[in-house]
Amino acid sequence: MAVDGRSVATQQFLKKTDQIKQGAEARVYRGIFLGKPTIFKERFPKLYRHPLLDEKLTHRRTVQEVRSLLRCRKAGISVPAVYFVDHSCHCIFLEDIVGSITVREYIASTQLTPQKNQEESLDQLAKKIGLVLAKMHEEDVVHGDLTTSNMLLKAGVETGEADLFLIDFGLSYISALPEDKGVDMYVLEKAFLSTHPNTEALFDKLLKAYASSYRKSHGVINKLNEVRLRGRKRSMVG
Amino acid sequence: MTVVIGFEGSANKIGVGIIRDGEVLSNPRRTYITPPGQGFLPSDTARHHRGVILTVLKEALEEAGIKPDDIDCVAYTKGPGMGAPLVTVALVARTVAQLWAKPLLGVNHCIGHIEMGRLITQANNPTVLYVSGGNTQVIAYSERRYRIFGETIDIAVGNCLDRFARVIKISNDPSPGYNIEQMAKRGKQYVELPYTVKGMDVSFSGILSYIEVTFTSKMLTSDQCTAEDLCFSLQETLFSMLVEITERAMAHCGSQEVLIVGGVGCNIRLQEMMGVMCKERGAKLFATDERFCIDNGAMIAQAGWEMFRSGQVTELSDSWITQRYRTDEVEVTWRD
Repeated sequence: MAVDGRSVATQQFLKKTDQIKQGAEARVYRGIFLGKPTIFKERFPKLYRHPLLDEKLTHRRTVQEVRSLLRCRKAGISVPAVYFVDHSCHCIFLEDIVGSITVREYIASTQLTPQKNQEESLDQLAKKIGLVLAKMHEEDVVHGDLTTSNMLLKAGVETGEADLFLIDFGLSYISALPEDKGVDMYVLEKAFLSTHPNTEALFDKLLKAYASSYRKSHGVINKLNEVRLRGRKRSMVG
Repeated sequence: MTVVIGFEGSANKIGVGIIRDGEVLSNPRRTYITPPGQGFLPSDTARHHRGVILTVLKEALEEAGIKPDDIDCVAYTKGPGMGAPLVTVALVARTVAQLWAKPLLGVNHCIGHIEMGRLITQANNPTVLYVSGGNTQVIAYSERRYRIFGETIDIAVGNCLDRFARVIKISNDPSPGYNIEQMAKRGKQYVELPYTVKGMDVSFSGILSYIEVTFTSKMLTSDQCTAEDLCFSLQETLFSMLVEITERAMAHCGSQEVLIVGGVGCNIRLQEMMGVMCKERGAKLFATDERFCIDNGAMIAQAGWEMFRSGQVTELSDSWITQRYRTDEVEVTWRD
């Protein structure tokens, strides 16, 4: 029997979790599910939204997130595994990427403590992000909310080299249109430059890596340039 | 004591405001109102501004009980905005600065809104939602800049509302947005409209096209919904998008304060929705009323006051205007 729209399994799990974050989309908890470290993402009703709109968005975004995660995983892109989906309360049980830090934290800490190879390590990171995003767009997955907070770095077990994981696919969708992929890159660019001031050169390297490994990147970059200049974007007339 | 006079006229409002150390001494303004179904053209708007600006200036000085000698600095809107109206205002500001032998200061319109909002509400370090006829941005302060975390990727929310008002022939008096807000209160039925959020960015042009094509031709004529229902649905959809991107920026920046500025920020429904979101997050909402939300001279004076006190002035040779002036282009020398 469900209480508050949550199934019994979800209720049981929630008792043993700690809330780690409340984003714009969901409350995020951490716990153990079937013996595995798990992130539990609960999309709760947004009371400011009209109920019809809220239900539609919540359902659609839960489905889209799972669909995109599975598609990425199938393509060999590092994303958390989906363990369980509870549609009664729009909840997703995801693999916890234990021992990871966000790219945002990594860039900030690297900039704070200048080392000899600081520039090189950030360049490598930019290149890695570009390659992963190229692969994602090759699969026609548009993330919809690319920020450095939605990318995790975790030291690889075998190589020791960091793996880059993409997370938070709630605004994602499937599209082959260069326009959509261009906007995806634009969203990242703005989040990147506003969160990490004076990193224009770094973002350029990211774009170069993206362009070099994605054969349809020409159309995407053209669209990115178009979006940068569109309407109020740069001119802000009025 | 520092007294600054501010001239604003980037769109259809012309205002002159006087600020003395955070106190608003006067803030008169006039609005250029066009007939229903019409927008305001730059040349006509500039003509209107030219016709009333000296009257408004006189009012501002009289209401404040201030003589030109008491003024320390003349601030004006440098941009962004409509070219012709901006030129009109800059010309007057330049002239009085020379007549009164006072330093001149070109102010970013968006930063005027933010600084006025901070002054009136006493918000400390808020995530700012700036919503008006020409701009839609989610802004947060970081490292001497007002950084734009999210914005519209096509038209501004106020522009969307204004154009919608034109489509269904809503009056522009006192403003299209205000009239939509009143009609929305009588709306009963929620009509599904496109909802386009891209991370912390939004897109409004799709909603407008959808309404223009679908609703005016089919729904209103076939009695499927009323104009009031449309106003209600449009507000609910647009404002949900705005609250969502604001919340996303708050989560991203770890912020616990929201400040709404700009003309659309007067909308009570938007403030209500933002209030619900803030309560849910244990955050604080700050907003101002139409005296300071809508374009006004005092906001330019206040931003000018901050800039002047931090040692900034604009040389006469640099006192041009620009339609293109990003919020994050300005170095914020008056904040830590």
